[in-house]
Amino acid sequence: MTATETKTQEARPGFKVMTLLEAITDAMRTEMRNDDRVVVFGEDVGKKGGVFGATLGLQDEFGEQRCFDTPLSECGIIGAGVGMALYGMRPIAEIQFLDFIYPAFDQIVSEAAKMRYRSGGEYTCPMVIRSPYGGGIRGGHYHSQSAEAYFCHTPGLKVVIPSTPADAKGLLIASIRDEDPVMFLEPKRIYRHGKGEVPLGEHVVPLGKGRIAREGKDVTILCYGAMVHVCEQAAEEAEKAGRSVEIVDLRTLVPLDEQIVLESVKKTGRAVVVYEAPKTCGYGAELSALIAEKCIEHLEGPVVRVAGFDTPFPYTLEPLYMPDVKRVLAGIEKTFVW
Amino acid sequence: MTSELVTIIEQDGKAQKGKDPALPAAELQRLYRLMVTTRVMDDRGLAMQRQGRIGFYLQSTGQEGSHLGAAYALKASDWLFPAYRQPGILLLRGIDPEQIVSEWIGNDGDTSKGRQMPVHYSFRQANFVSISSPIGTQLSQAAGAGMAARIRGDDTVFMTFCGDGGTSSNDFHCGLNFAAVYKAPVVFVVENNGWAISVPCSKQTASESMAIKAQAYGMPGVRVDGNDVLAVYRVCKEAVERARRGDGPTLVESVTYRMASHSSSDDAARYRDAKEYEAWKKKDPIARFQLYLQQKKLWTEQFETEVVEGAKAAIQDAVKKAEARSNPAVGTLFDDVYMNLTPQLKEQKAELLDLVQKGGVGADIGAFPL
Repeated sequence: MTATETKTQEARPGFKVMTLLEAITDAMRTEMRNDDRVVVFGEDVGKKGGVFGATLGLQDEFGEQRCFDTPLSECGIIGAGVGMALYGMRPIAEIQFLDFIYPAFDQIVSEAAKMRYRSGGEYTCPMVIRSPYGGGIRGGHYHSQSAEAYFCHTPGLKVVIPSTPADAKGLLIASIRDEDPVMFLEPKRIYRHGKGEVPLGEHVVPLGKGRIAREGKDVTILCYGAMVHVCEQAAEEAEKAGRSVEIVDLRTLVPLDEQIVLESVKKTGRAVVVYEAPKTCGYGAELSALIAEKCIEHLEGPVVRVAGFDTPFPYTLEPLYMPDVKRVLAGIEKTFVW
Repeated sequence: MTSELVTIIEQDGKAQKGKDPALPAAELQRLYRLMVTTRVMDDRGLAMQRQGRIGFYLQSTGQEGSHLGAAYALKASDWLFPAYRQPGILLLRGIDPEQIVSEWIGNDGDTSKGRQMPVHYSFRQANFVSISSPIGTQLSQAAGAGMAARIRGDDTVFMTFCGDGGTSSNDFHCGLNFAAVYKAPVVFVVENNGWAISVPCSKQTASESMAIKAQAYGMPGVRVDGNDVLAVYRVCKEAVERARRGDGPTLVESVTYRMASHSSSDDAARYRDAKEYEAWKKKDPIARFQLYLQQKKLWTEQFETEVVEGAKAAIQDAVKKAEARSNPAVGTLFDDVYMNLTPQLKEQKAELLDLVQKGGVGADIGAFPL
């Protein structure tokens, strides 16, 4: 049973049952109590507590100096965040939807990502950019996209995507404590879907470590974010058909836990890569290349990508665009064609 | 009001009545020496590029009074978020010219470890934040740093620079807007030198000045004669004091002129009228300040010779020392991407070092295409 499938609402001592969204709030609250350099800001994050409620209660507890609304300018939010980080703060900037991040692209890619390198290590930019991403909420083009690959392609950035409440808290705390800029992308589709036990207080999940979400021996699925849950359902179905599926939840795309990926694929000899973003040049392409480069001799079948299509994100036909259980199952079968 | 040009030193070198900041004699001479040294350094930088000894250069000729006057208004603990035409500030803040020349070369004495083009300095020891090539990005960062200082209760002031081209950037808008909304202690200095590479100021804006843009953000805007080091100093000092008092940011438009081409890769003669250059040459900030010093009996031919020769010797010495240095070690290519090498970077580093060790790879680094 995975963390999000916890049936009971009763938590063990030292844990609390939370949604992924609540776990994110808990992480920020925990770190704001721990470290007065941590500040949270963005559009609507103050009094309203964020459009999804991720910052609910933070302004009440920490005041307007440490949790505040900004003008409606992503470029300004990130530019100011870079300046705060340079001056020694630990800024957490919320970008309301990842689809709106592009005005800040220059500040992220040219500034935050390169500050340490271009200053020879003299200036650093330890900041977290939190943003809800991905489909599944009927958000059309501009409230649904998965833009992780842009950031994975930029040296200097770390890219983190949780799939469970406990990981959301632990990975976010690790991101806030990290000495480098982190893109913390939150799968909004599962913000409130399914609760899980989350450790109270201190809880750190180190960056750069994936997890085996399900053990299996015939085929490996590599995935992250909301797709982990789709893949878990598909694995249940596949099991009925006699396929034993292992699921690797990457958790951190940069730096990638190569070891967990390669060990699993070597064990099963088959790999399906599942991601919501457009197929071409998506993160799955990198995973496929990695497998080809480092363990092709272990493969019993082709590496298969199950991904979003190379179209803009649709509205009405969204369910056809998103990888679902059936498409993942079809992908699994393709690895058995040889 | 915002379009009035603040001036102190008249064309004959005399200060306008009641406006002379009356700096001590030694400080005036120091400022003059810094201006001259900056120009000598700039001339040498371009010459070295032409000789193929460095890959690129950006001159600040004609803008020495502007950026030195501005930064002179700060305390050493105040921060700078510079653009790429304020090299004199490094000298003002005591940076060893050898370190500056090392940056041009990109050798193992360069604080940036040879990772940026020449003139993109970073000097934490001088609170001089790493310079970027994308235009204007430093403006919103300065606003954020100012917001942070306010949150922390520090009295640090942040001065940031851009050119007239920079006022068209996204970050000009959001930087000024954020700074004003949060009353951040920031002084925005627009060095309006008339040109953004080949595009004249008239193509950047239809506003009657750059200073007037401040009104839209709810902050004071001041227009100052950028070739008058004392006027820039005085205006910026007021802005710095205002920021330190907690009264928020100021926009200073320093009206000056880019006497050189945009960079060593540019030839301004192809798009700029020579008469314009000649007219501005007569307003040279160094000559102007020299007249002022003469009026004060602080300048003699002997002093001039000593300043110029001293600057040349200092830069020559710096060049000699910097050129004797080595390239950054090969392995440093992978450092500082993150605090620690990721497994992927470790692997790539090992792969490269192996090829270097076997010979062939990396043998020809250091040559610049001309």
